[in-house]
Order: sequence, then structure tokens, then C-alpha cells
Amino acid sequence: MTTRISRDELAARIAQDIPEGAVMNLGIGAPTLVANFLPAGLEAILHTENGMLGMGPEPQPDRIDPDLINAGKQPVTELDGTAYFHHADSFAMMRGGHLDVCVLGAFQVSERGDLANWSTGAADSIPAVGGAMDLAIGARRVYVMTDLFTRSGESKLVRDCSYPLTGVGCVTRIYTDHAIFDVTPTGLAVIELFGDNTVSELSTLTGLDLEDATRDADDKELA
Amino acid sequence: MISKLRNSVDEAVSGIADGAVVMIGGFGRAGQPVELIDALLAQGATDLTVINNNAGNGDTGLAALLAARRVRRIICSFPRQSDSHVFDALYRAGEIELELVPQGNLAERIRAAGAGIGAFFTPSGFGTALAEGKETRDIDGRPYVLENALRADVALVSAYRADRWGNLVYRKTARNFGPIMAAAATTTIVQVDEVVELGGLDPETVVTPGIYVNRVVAVGERAWLRDGEFVGAASVEGAAS
Repeated sequence: MTTRISRDELAARIAQDIPEGAVMNLGIGAPTLVANFLPAGLEAILHTENGMLGMGPEPQPDRIDPDLINAGKQPVTELDGTAYFHHADSFAMMRGGHLDVCVLGAFQVSERGDLANWSTGAADSIPAVGGAMDLAIGARRVYVMTDLFTRSGESKLVRDCSYPLTGVGCVTRIYTDHAIFDVTPTGLAVIELFGDNTVSELSTLTGLDLEDATRDADDKELA
Repeated sequence: MISKLRNSVDEAVSGIADGAVVMIGGFGRAGQPVELIDALLAQGATDLTVINNNAGNGDTGLAALLAARRVRRIICSFPRQSDSHVFDALYRAGEIELELVPQGNLAERIRAAGAGIGAFFTPSGFGTALAEGKETRDIDGRPYVLENALRADVALVSAYRADRWGNLVYRKTARNFGPIMAAAATTTIVQVDEVVELGGLDPETVVTPGIYVNRVVAVGERAWLRDGEFVGAASVEGAAS
């Protein structure tokens, strides 16, 4: 019985939902994988919050330019059509609702779409927020990419976040290794299941009331 | 004749006082004005408040200023990095104060100061620990947090080329905080690879007009450039490889 897809498979699944012409920001870590799976021929523009639209892939080792990095401070390249701008403009683009999509990681997402992804609140940790709070409230569609459960088996989808919040009610959709969830006014709705997962099992495992909004559910209603 | 040119980095940073609020440009190492920071280290000002996106990388530049115990307080968005060991140790020992600001709010607070705006309402951070105690307001059905402008006594900025009036152009993502910090400080000090003749910069491409700049010093070409062209063979740390 298969109940999980790999991180690459999840990145590929998210990439299918990026529309032609989208301007998007991929958060540091797993979300950057989405760029590897964008369909050939799709023209989408990557934004990096340190001040660039039109970001290209990692350079060959002998072409690393220390003046050309992404938000994760990794070397990148510029594509034809690239524009550079200062930091206040870069975040104005976000805050002003000009970005179509951002993909972010998460520690927890609440059933109302609250996001916690910047701090575990541990007493000895050094806090660092970066652009997480601006991204969370800025893009028109905020996608979360995450495992559904922590290593110790706790659900990352929760009634209320126990970790410090990044943004309130800001998440549009959650792509997990078990299923895809939409945030709706009445709670979380499962729109797609991976492997042998069922909505009722996921409801039990997460402890949440999940609406079945999968295509199968439509078929059942029609029948 | 107007000339903002200085002959050395030491001359460029002279007069920075103890207790000064100092903005330092750069995002990670890109655009970090390393030569000016080294000069500030030699100049001796202490008890500084530093505004930067990060809190130093490795042991050079801003990290070296921190290691020399010259910074009392740092205002930044992302202090914790894989190579921020100098800051991490000072913070854990309670020997440096930290004001953590969401990156976009940090940038906009700096921009606001340069534009004469006292404060602004922003949606970023609303409902989070970083907005605790701040005034909030509902505007057209959306919640906002009041953030104050952030100004400085001095800004240290790295740009690519300048003329003697202080007009600046930058290079790629090294621009980052340069233009907004240049406008937000009483005294803006800029290091550039190269100073060109007045008229040598295309007016259509000037990013920071000289009105925001007080002192300019040329520090020579970056290791990965020759005559302004990328020649490669550099690591992301900016060292020849």
C-alpha cells in the first residue's frame, strides 16, 4: 500500500498547477524544486526577493557571479528579459499583489489557512524571519509544500497553530505527500489523494473534519 | 566644483561617532561594502547600532565588526545563517541586542525614512509575534500594522560605478538595499569599483541620483570582473576559485 509520494513527485505535481505567464516566487528549500519540473515550453517568470525577476537556473561552476544570487544566497543566472530592482521595490511587488503564486514550506497550517513557518518558538533558537511574512500575505495564491506529518508522526495540518504565526488566513492550498488540500471558508477540503489514501483515514490521522472534494466525490454525487 | 570623491576608505569613514546608527548595505555577501566596514573597524567607532538584512557571514566584513564588540544592537530580518557563528555566539551570550523585522517591512521602513514618511500601515506581520504592541488598523476590510520609518546617521553602501557628483549604478543583485539606504542616512558613504568622469554614466541608467550621496571612494575592481566584464572563476563568497 502506497500512501506517500516523493518530494520530487510533489514538486512535479505543483509544477502542473503553474499557469502559462505566471510570475512566482519559490521559497527557500523544497519549494525551489518546483522550478525543475515546469513543463517545457511554459513561460513563467521567477521572482527572487533580493531584487530580480527572470531568474534562471544555477550556473556552471566556472560561471558563478557573486553579484548574482537568489534569496537563499545561492548563485543563479539571468534569463533574457531579466529585470533588477532594489529591495523596497521587490517587496512592494509582493505586498501590492503583483505576484501570481508563491510556494512556501511550513511547520504548521491551520484549518483557516493560518501559516507557521518561521520559528518553532524554542527558547534557545535564534529567531530569523527573512521575507516569510511578506510572501505569506503578498502573493495572490499562496501554496504550501510540505510533508503531512512530522518525523514523529504529528499532523502539520492543525485546528490552531501552536508555533508562532507567519501570517493569518493567508494560505490558499496545501500540497502534501499524502494529498492536496484547499483552504475553504468552512475548513480544509481534500481535492486530490495520492496512493491509497482515503479522506476518512486522513481525517482520523489529522484529527480534522475534512471535506471530500476529490473528483471521485463528484462522481459519487452524480451517481 | 562639486566633488564627493575621497582618496581612501579611511578618509571616507572619518567622523563616524560612537553610538552612531549605521546602515550597511548588502544581502548576504552580495553588495556588502567590505572595504568600508574594514575601514570602520580601523576607525574605532563603537557602541554602534547596525541595520543590515543579516548579521554577518563568516569572519569578515560585518562579522568582524561584531567580533570586535563594536556593535551594541542590530536591526535585521535574518540573522541566523549557516555561517553566522559570530552573531550566534554573541546573541546566545546576551552580548548583542536584536530587533527582528520582516524583510519587506525593514526595506519599506528604510525607504520611508528617505522619502520623509514618518510611519506606514502594512499588512506584513499582522497577527504575528513581530507585530506585538504595535498599533493596528482595519482599512477597507483588511488588517494592517503601523511601522515607523527607520533612519540612520550613516549608510555604508557598495555600488558599481560613480561619478564625482555621487550618481551611482549597481551590478545585478548586489543592488539590494543600496538605493534605499543611500536615501535614509544623514551621511551616505559609498564604495565603488570605479569612478568615471562626469557624463560617463548614462543618465537614463543612473539608479541612485547623487543627491543622496555624500562621499565616494573607489576600491578597485571585484576579483571576478575585468573592465566590467565577467571573467568567471569566483565562488559565491566572492573569493577567486
